[in-house]
Amino acid sequence: MSIQLIILLIAAIVLVTFVALSAIFFIWLERKVAGRIQDRLGPTRTGGKFGWLQTVADGIKLLAKEDIIPANADQFLFRLGPYLAFTGSFLAYLALPFSRDVVALQMNIALFFMLAVMATEVFGVILAGYGSGSKWALFGGMREAAQVVSYEVPMALCVLIPVLTAGTLNLNVISQQQAGLFWNWYIFHDPFTFLAFWTYFTCATASCKRAPFDLAEAESELVAGFHTEYSGLRWSFFFMAEYGSMFAVSGIATMLFLGGWHTGVIPATISEWIYENLWPVYVVVSVLVFITKCWILVFIMMWVRWTLPRLRIDQVMTTCLKYLLPIACVLLLGASVLPLVWHTVFPGWVKLPFRNPPAYPAAPR
Amino acid sequence: MSVGDILFWIVGLMTALCAVMVVVTQHIVRCAIWLLFTLAGTAGLFFLLGLDFLGATQLFVYVGGTLVLVIFGVMLTATGPFLQLRAGAGEWAIAIIVGLLLYGLIALSWLFADWSKLPESALPDDPRQMYHTEQLGRALLGDTSVQPASELAGVPGSLGAADKASGKLQEPPKRQASAFLLPFEIVSVHLLVVLIGAAYLARAKRKRVVVAPRESL
Repeated sequence: MSIQLIILLIAAIVLVTFVALSAIFFIWLERKVAGRIQDRLGPTRTGGKFGWLQTVADGIKLLAKEDIIPANADQFLFRLGPYLAFTGSFLAYLALPFSRDVVALQMNIALFFMLAVMATEVFGVILAGYGSGSKWALFGGMREAAQVVSYEVPMALCVLIPVLTAGTLNLNVISQQQAGLFWNWYIFHDPFTFLAFWTYFTCATASCKRAPFDLAEAESELVAGFHTEYSGLRWSFFFMAEYGSMFAVSGIATMLFLGGWHTGVIPATISEWIYENLWPVYVVVSVLVFITKCWILVFIMMWVRWTLPRLRIDQVMTTCLKYLLPIACVLLLGASVLPLVWHTVFPGWVKLPFRNPPAYPAAPR
Repeated sequence: MSVGDILFWIVGLMTALCAVMVVVTQHIVRCAIWLLFTLAGTAGLFFLLGLDFLGATQLFVYVGGTLVLVIFGVMLTATGPFLQLRAGAGEWAIAIIVGLLLYGLIALSWLFADWSKLPESALPDDPRQMYHTEQLGRALLGDTSVQPASELAGVPGSLGAADKASGKLQEPPKRQASAFLLPFEIVSVHLLVVLIGAAYLARAKRKRVVVAPRESL
């Protein structure tokens, strides 16, 4: 028990460091990507080449800033908001495996746990909006609430589709089932999972309140939305939470659809051999592969953000309730009917690998 | 006293403290936040007991539920900023009576329960020994050979065909047990009724437009 606790503590420290460092990297990347897309160079001077110390300089500036709590604000809620947002986004990492069995907490229901704790992130945003005692902040918070509550539904439905195919909620097992060449990835499993990936990614972008769904901030109409009244370190907590959850939802997408930590070019037997005989090599390579895949997805989110204009709030709701939700329902229905139809029409002829019952080790007792 | 026990006491005491704060806070949104912490603390207790699925469900359902409560119950109905809530003496009396009754019920069931069947530690040493969702599903279908045993519901159930068809059951259960399936279905139908009712109550009231008969020219 205590050994397990120590391992958990170490894992927590490593994860906090990872989340903070990747937020630093992502903020720099965001500036560079935005610059390039807008035909600028982005940061170039701080830290020599490519302005790679820009975020560190920003961080020092944020640390040195005065911490202001407006007189109108509800102090308790105002202080609580950033911590709640960050906690929600960070807790998801507890169950996110970075490689085979490299995970802080082996959970049978890791996927469900991640979705559940990431849903708490919105609470911080709404508290910030309400507690600021400012109408801009309140508007931003309310929009965020409406948006997240609606987008969670199609997102959860899309997540269910690969789970139906995999037969388990254990991310470790789901990723392990996709070992081998890239056509084993669940995105290429059948048409429904292919479409589910894009629907999921859209909903995930919205749930991270990234443009074109960043109505909670909407600086052209709401000053800065829910974080109008925040400054300094409290403000930066919201950004750590945002970049943290961007990586986390990309991690879920990678696990469910894009083969997890598998390269997609090395056959399963070879990677299994490496796992058995050269375990450290396997772990290092697979962690790098997984993080790279997630980074590519985060990069796509940035690319979309600086390419598309922001939607109006009614368009955001229409996109969710009139388009994404029916699409997700149809996909879920199709994905559940497909194995049935397939096995009835082609009995024993072509076998799609539908895994049922679940493939995790049988429970003792 | 193991680490699990210490954690249990810490989380339990904090949950209880938050629950007290829910009652004594007058500021209504803060009250909802304390409620959120209470429910999250309960989820933490579930995680400590190795009930991952229950804990995650608790987080998922109640965090969302409190969110909707805060937004629609409080923010949209408040008449001024930072609404205060003052309870009258009668409300206090009713609340205390109901609370004491509930406490008595819990205390009685604690006194009369047979604690000898429980495992020694709250948390199994081996994480693989924790309850799985598969066991939960089998218990739902009335298999008494798995934990948690479904003897509570008191509804005579039978093993579903799905269980036999999948061939997962190695040994037949000791007896035809009462299943959670029927109460589960009743509750879900009940929730559906509530949903339809809520949608009916909340729908936009259309004004009757009385079209005046057109005067013939």
